[in-house]
Amino acid sequence: MKFAIQINSAPWENQGCETAYQFSRAASHMGHEILLIFFYHAGAYNGLRWMMPPEEESPLLKRWSILAAKEGIDLAICISAAHRRGLLEQTEARRVGKLDDDLAPGFRIAGLGLWVDACLKADRFLIFGA
Amino acid sequence: MGVLHLVNRSPGESQTLALCLERVGAGDAVLLLESGVYAVLKNAVFAPRLAEAMRCVSIHVLTPDLAARGIAQEEVLAGVVWVDYEGFVELSLRHTPIISWS
Repeated sequence: MKFAIQINSAPWENQGCETAYQFSRAASHMGHEILLIFFYHAGAYNGLRWMMPPEEESPLLKRWSILAAKEGIDLAICISAAHRRGLLEQTEARRVGKLDDDLAPGFRIAGLGLWVDACLKADRFLIFGA
Repeated sequence: MGVLHLVNRSPGESQTLALCLERVGAGDAVLLLESGVYAVLKNAVFAPRLAEAMRCVSIHVLTPDLAARGIAQEEVLAGVVWVDYEGFVELSLRHTPIISWS
């Protein structure tokens, strides 16, 4: 089955991102397809390359990047949510005269239309960190 | 096909589970996860309402979230179905739509 997943909270806010990660990993390992994980609102922070969580925590950022690479999952951050928070991908940063390159490996910037499209194509969609 | 309701807040901090149980229909499933798992404690004030709801819907709880909160098997209300993340995925296959209560 095909899934689309939306995440609306930052990794430090609540458990929603961790649950979303564990769900996506399980579904992927069971042979289902995750069409898109869309990071919306404060969820945009999930892709921030410069996060330095305390060492005793298992860093979710690294695990997202590994999941994207291993399972070929598309990790897309909402462009408006990202810009609002100063999270700029390299090309966009240069365009507005900044030096940022803020996205961790496996993440990309996309519009809300991508989420709508994924929902139409997916058999199920779930929202985490609401 | 019934609806899968996801409730991630404890009855002590939020009305979401109470509101959810007022709106569930026959054949729906409720999955309690994250802090929502506190609702399955058999000695909690919410237990009678949960037991009542089980007459028309199935109530599931995410086992890793119970373990993370130190809740032992014998503390959990009878009739609640235990699932792991694979079980969560299975539930999502058997239900649509999937609603996150917040």
